[in-house]
Amino acid sequence: MATDLAALRGTRAPTAREIPHTVSPGLWTLAWRRLRSDTVGMVSLVIVAAFILMMILSGAGLIASDWNREVGVNYAPPTFLGEEATATAPASITLPGAGNAAGATQYKSNIVDPIGDVIEALKAGKTPGEAASTGTLPPPETAEEKSVDPLAEVMADIRKSEASKAAAKPVERKATLPFGGDKWGRDVLKKTIKGSETSIFVGLAAATLATFLGTVFGAIAGYFGKWVDDAFNWFYSVFSSIPYLLLILAVAAVLQQKGIFTVILILGLTGWTGVFRLMRAEYLKHKSREYVQAADAIGASNARRMFLHIFPNVSHVVLVQLSILVVGFIKAEVILSFLGFGVPVDVVSWGSMLNEAQNELILGKWWQLVAATTAMAILVTAFSLFTDALRDALDPKLKGRAGA
Amino acid sequence: MNSPKFAGDPLVAVRNLRVSFRLDRQTTFDAVKGISFDIPRNSTVALVGESGSGKSVTSLAMLGLLPPENSIIDPASEILFGGRNILGLSMGELRKLRGAEISMIFQEPMTSLNPVFTVGWQLEEVLRLHVGLSGKAARKRSVEVLREVGIPEPERRIDAYPSQLSGGQQQRVMIAMAIACEPQLLIADEPTTALDVTIQKQILDLIADLQKRRQMSVLFITHDLAVVGEIADYVVVMRNGEIREQGPAKDVFEHPKDTYTKALLRCRPQLERRPARLPVIDDYMHGSGPKHTEERRRGVAPGDAIVLDVKNLGKSFYSREGLFGKREFKAVKDVSFRLPKGKTLGLVGESGSGKTTVGLTLMRLHEATTGEAYFEGKDLLSMSPKEFMAYKRRIQIIFQNPYASLNPRFTVGQILVEPMQIHGIGDSAQARTDMAFELLDKVGLPEVSFYKYPHEFSGGQRQRIAIARCLTMRPDILICDESVSALDVSVQAQVLNLLQDLQDEYGLSYIFISHDLAVVKYISDEVMVMNEGEIVEIANSDEIYRDPKKPYTKRLLASIPKGWQGARAAD
Repeated sequence: MATDLAALRGTRAPTAREIPHTVSPGLWTLAWRRLRSDTVGMVSLVIVAAFILMMILSGAGLIASDWNREVGVNYAPPTFLGEEATATAPASITLPGAGNAAGATQYKSNIVDPIGDVIEALKAGKTPGEAASTGTLPPPETAEEKSVDPLAEVMADIRKSEASKAAAKPVERKATLPFGGDKWGRDVLKKTIKGSETSIFVGLAAATLATFLGTVFGAIAGYFGKWVDDAFNWFYSVFSSIPYLLLILAVAAVLQQKGIFTVILILGLTGWTGVFRLMRAEYLKHKSREYVQAADAIGASNARRMFLHIFPNVSHVVLVQLSILVVGFIKAEVILSFLGFGVPVDVVSWGSMLNEAQNELILGKWWQLVAATTAMAILVTAFSLFTDALRDALDPKLKGRAGA
Repeated sequence: MNSPKFAGDPLVAVRNLRVSFRLDRQTTFDAVKGISFDIPRNSTVALVGESGSGKSVTSLAMLGLLPPENSIIDPASEILFGGRNILGLSMGELRKLRGAEISMIFQEPMTSLNPVFTVGWQLEEVLRLHVGLSGKAARKRSVEVLREVGIPEPERRIDAYPSQLSGGQQQRVMIAMAIACEPQLLIADEPTTALDVTIQKQILDLIADLQKRRQMSVLFITHDLAVVGEIADYVVVMRNGEIREQGPAKDVFEHPKDTYTKALLRCRPQLERRPARLPVIDDYMHGSGPKHTEERRRGVAPGDAIVLDVKNLGKSFYSREGLFGKREFKAVKDVSFRLPKGKTLGLVGESGSGKTTVGLTLMRLHEATTGEAYFEGKDLLSMSPKEFMAYKRRIQIIFQNPYASLNPRFTVGQILVEPMQIHGIGDSAQARTDMAFELLDKVGLPEVSFYKYPHEFSGGQRQRIAIARCLTMRPDILICDESVSALDVSVQAQVLNLLQDLQDEYGLSYIFISHDLAVVKYISDEVMVMNEGEIVEIANSDEIYRDPKKPYTKRLLASIPKGWQGARAAD
């Protein structure tokens, strides 16, 4: 047969570059064309893209990097409500210190000082030094009795430095903020933007991790079958037999520390099961297809058949699963943070905003809740609609059937 | 075209039927372009055409089954059934008509029957809906109908589920459901294409018999002129949505006027003749007729060099039974044969005979249970997978379905270059690309194909791509597993010609697996008949067709549709 090769090579064929050709549209190009003609899909894609852009800008520190600064009065209402609106806002329950929040000049008295409370309590209670020896309650000290209060000197220093700071750089606190302010007077708009960074990043990263695990496991189980499949199915059954929240709490307990990456790991490690089932079924179906047999016949290795031949044919399923998981995990992160198993206190996410909002709601301060839920609702709805459009665009069943 | 020539008051008169499909917002595709024909009472009309000719669309229009969301029927079109225009009927009226007066049998009995209901339940449902029979009366009538279509022990089989019946019996049940309400018109859409040749014969006989006994009309839709020749009174030949020729079967078969009809009659391999090249449609449509008329000689001689020597090949499949039990199913039992170099071994048999398993086992796509296969003195079946890798490219396979055997996500270029990469054929990427272009030219595809995806090609073109992919590895043996069965008759002739050209040029040896006995007869030097995993008979192809030794072979050969000439000779 070597002579045949020589015969085949005998005349030079034109090389690839010489032939005028148009590259035929592949599946992705065709899918993109279909997606572009889908108005709902495109609108949702633009919204999702805007959110992701926001996430990237915020992550790069270009916007909302100063979310932690106290720029407004505490519980500054949204701008459209105006200053005096506070009184008419649904703040029917009046608590000390809440009523006169509007006055920008009186801010000093309105600052909620947690250490101040402790000091107050200490003053009212016992003083560590003498209370133990005398056993009697000392009379209420005045500020002048420095010898009695061990913290008095420190406190005086703190007060002094604060006073000098205030004198050097008088903070102009705004009475209203675009989306309102929180308990500390931080801008809810910036918190929402910063929170989107956490929520979307966690959603995307965890979904990627879960999809990756599910795809690899499913591919191996479905492709090799037999005992490999049995082993993975057993593993899957164990995983899916544990109640979801308990599993998450167990993983959280094992991982010990709190943080964004812990949340990603928790969601990723527990969320692969659905993708696994689907990919296993796809690989089972595809491995007996003739094109895979043909690949076997030409000598393609197992890995080559699994990932070069079959994977591109099931990748649209993976993509749709990925975007479904993103939506689910954004919600899951919010739930976890709300329950207190999510991101740490110094990180803001939509979930932690909702967590704060449950206390604020009693005070009638609804804007943080509305900001976080609205942002989440818009993103999740847009993402879901985009997923639907994506599936329609990618579904090969709809392709070429019209004229058949 | 507007003057149907059939005499008398027809049962169905199709007038100016024009159907188009909406592909997207702007483009439409004309599937049927203004056709007119009649179906006379008490006769069989065959609607013949290749894929895309519009024959199935025509039949669906008669039943009002075209999808309303993307099909457009021209308002001037008429399908008159007993004087009423079917196209103008409401959904309710249509439903009354379907089943009761017009009924249909489909190509795939497996998918047309509902797997979760018994045969009896489905039959009784038809009777309940259209005749108003119920309970015992419906059951009694069902048994009668099942007996009429030749189901053995109908009292017992009536409670069987479709999966418990064989393919032929399922098609009989479909026919039973279609005739249960004594329709005046039976539409049969390729009712035998999915069936084995022996069962095809039985079903054809059954339909012909029922037609005569019940005095009904049959519209028989098929691509196979040989089948038509046996049963049709009138023939309508369609191509690209137009009627090319229509008339009594005798006229169409003996004196075809249209060039396309002539070509269609000629391009199918015939049992009596073996031209060096089969005529193809283009010879007729663009030329003055077939070019090659000399006969090709086929056959093996005892002194031929042997390229593959298969001894006692056996393959068993195991299915789980119970908790620990295994049941053995012997798909191939003790098969031995020799493949001479540069010759074709035809492998024929009904479905389930193990012929495909033989091919797959030789390629080690299935591992053989027993036996040896000697190639260049080495046993292919016992060597390690690593060792076999070097031999893998020497034996290649072309699969049945060209729509499924090419990876839809690869361009043709990638498809052709991949095997060369895997086996290290060609020194550089450029050398491989050059060879891919060379092979595209060899199989008769334009060079731009290199950059296209499989879905942009027709079935025949795809099969050429699959052949080119095999050729990249310069194999010695090519296994063709039903490689031309899924193709239209005219395309089939082109691919068969290509295979013969390649054999002449490269001295390839073929194992040609097919259920189509005429094609096997045409291309094979030697024919091996298989049944239930065993070799029934193996002999030179001319010999076996002239003088079959075993009863099974005789039975198989007797069921080949003889076409018009054969049927006429028998009279």
